[in-house]
Amino acid sequence: MWSFNKIAIAIHEWLSHTFSAVWVTVIEMILAGIGVISLFAILGLVLVIMERKVSAWMQIRLGPNRVGPKGLLQSMADTLKLLVKESITPDGADKFLFNMAPILGIIVAMLLMAPIAFAKDFKMWDINIGVLYVSAISSLSVISILMAGWASNNKYSLLGAMRSGAQIVSYELSAGLAVLTIVVLTGTLNLNEIIASQANGWWIFKGHIPIFISFIIFIIAVTAETNRAPFDLAEAESELTAGFHTEYSGMKFALFFLAEYVNVFIVCAIGATIFLGGWMPFHIGHWEGFNHIMDFIPSSIWFFGKTFFLIFLIMWFRWTFPRLRIDQLLNLEWKYLLPISMVNLLVVTAMAILGWHF
Amino acid sequence: MLEEIGNNEDGDLVINVGPQHPATHGVLHLVITLNGETIKKVEPHLGYIHRSIEKMCESLTYRQFIYVTSRMDYLSSHINNHACALIIEKGMQIEVPPRAQVIRVLLDELTRIASHELWWGAMAMDLGAFTPFFHAFREREVINDIMEETCGARLTMNYMVPGGVLDDIHPNFIPSVKEFIKLYKRKIDEYAEMVTGNIIFQNRMKNVGILSAEDAISFGCSGPTLRACGVSCDVRKIYPYEIYNQLDFEEVLETSGDSFARYMVRIREMNQSVRIIEQLIDNIPEGEFQAKTKAVIKLPKSEFYQRVETARGEFGIYIVSEGGTTPYRIKFRSPGFSNLSALDHIARGGKIGDLVAMMGTLDLVIPDIDR
Repeated sequence: MWSFNKIAIAIHEWLSHTFSAVWVTVIEMILAGIGVISLFAILGLVLVIMERKVSAWMQIRLGPNRVGPKGLLQSMADTLKLLVKESITPDGADKFLFNMAPILGIIVAMLLMAPIAFAKDFKMWDINIGVLYVSAISSLSVISILMAGWASNNKYSLLGAMRSGAQIVSYELSAGLAVLTIVVLTGTLNLNEIIASQANGWWIFKGHIPIFISFIIFIIAVTAETNRAPFDLAEAESELTAGFHTEYSGMKFALFFLAEYVNVFIVCAIGATIFLGGWMPFHIGHWEGFNHIMDFIPSSIWFFGKTFFLIFLIMWFRWTFPRLRIDQLLNLEWKYLLPISMVNLLVVTAMAILGWHF
Repeated sequence: MLEEIGNNEDGDLVINVGPQHPATHGVLHLVITLNGETIKKVEPHLGYIHRSIEKMCESLTYRQFIYVTSRMDYLSSHINNHACALIIEKGMQIEVPPRAQVIRVLLDELTRIASHELWWGAMAMDLGAFTPFFHAFREREVINDIMEETCGARLTMNYMVPGGVLDDIHPNFIPSVKEFIKLYKRKIDEYAEMVTGNIIFQNRMKNVGILSAEDAISFGCSGPTLRACGVSCDVRKIYPYEIYNQLDFEEVLETSGDSFARYMVRIREMNQSVRIIEQLIDNIPEGEFQAKTKAVIKLPKSEFYQRVETARGEFGIYIVSEGGTTPYRIKFRSPGFSNLSALDHIARGGKIGDLVAMMGTLDLVIPDIDR
């Protein structure tokens, strides 16, 4: 069976034969870096074209269909256009912070990639506090938005950034509590072990109703955390033109754009890992034949399939719902989602103690 | 830095919304004073698309000035043209043939549906939902095609002339209108499912931008904006023109006066327009489509006023005639201008998001406001 793991081992063995141990480490680090950056770029391109095709499909349009076969190279062309565009720094802007913000945004998105298992035994960093790491790093993304909004010296940007600050800080709580329910059940913060605990069934199936509730809360909270509609108040184009990135142009804008899509990918990957079993294939009880066929599908396809299903869900939200108002957004979090997820966490804790899950 | 980026003396944030802004649907310029997210004042600045149509009309003959009025409220150009034709017919005492009257009413109501369709899509877009916009345009496109066949134009029809309509209806007109009605009845439920019933949408609209009946009257609001406050003001019912008094339709009234009431009035009004079209489409009388009129029209020396109900409210034309071939003075009473004046009143205390929603429900067409 084709897997990332075998390729990685083959490369490692070949390098060990050819170079000394120090050089092997250095070269492997460089290779991993190149891998992350190219995965990043490819994900950005794929997700942008996916969003445009999904929106076109929902809006009875064709979507991009000129560049490349069925318009699949459209986002390449767009990237090229953004690369050659002049990136303007406004006169009144705080130049250092203004130019720093998109870079910080992209760094945060890249760091988040590290602990995700893309396939069986394939991940960049097997950290034993993966869940904690992800929630800690993802909360940094608000800094880049606040930075951009403040440094732009634009009132729309400032309003957008302030909205986004309030929003991300609040919704992180619900997202964190939703993830905690699984941590309580598995007793580990390691993403690999969480996946391993789902070998006999994904948590969304064997965790009863409380886990399903926390899955829904997780999806709502991460939609808000990544500033996607219906929670896209930070950019709310009908109100604030483009919110925090109003003044950005060229590649600096593209970095924000890329960071948004990669963030969507990452939160969906985390959701898939925690609730839908990561790269674990779909198994049904004792149906050996069926399970065997499912095992035959490569683990990377399972992982990306689940992740893209969640991404599609989030895109579906975006093209269906109207936007919430800022006070309604905060009400939803503090008055509904947070109490529900707290009670839910207690229920799941009781469930874990009494062993009421499969 | 806050001081640098334009706070006023009281320390409030002053923001220019427009003239180039996605929510104003044109070149409207609003100067809004904010305390955080809360709106303290909205000051509309007009004139960015002022073309001095009223002055222009003074040098155009009575046959010519109809065509300029299409450029005011371009979404109900038929109804504007209708008002011009009516005022000339009133002055010249021209008897319009029944066939022309029915065709005029049919086209008016089709225009009203098309206008409300566009408003529905644009308003959903103001609230951040993009998809309804495309769905609304799909149905509006059908009406545009009907217009194109019969009138030869899709936006500024210029089909009404003094004494009737410019030409007879296209042979395809009746079947394609029937086809449209069938389509519309299928789609109106889809609209309700997609937008009206949505919980986020209802939360955004209900109890927001409340306009009391007294305030609405004192601001001179008309049309759906006033009817949402429970005031009966439909010109088609109160000062019926053409054959509206023989038709069976309801004047749509809501009582709460909030954004949702204004929304529901327009949605229900579309159904009433369909009802009118259904009554007329099989009963278009045979005969002339245009009365015989003199080549040169001269209104007698007097003053004339004619009002009609456009998709946005009461549209009035006031003409002072000296007996010549051109009006001495002409004044249009456009519904958008008066409706806009209520914006500051209803937006105070709301959030920025509400302001956008309120502007959507007032259904502003900027060339109608500026003329």
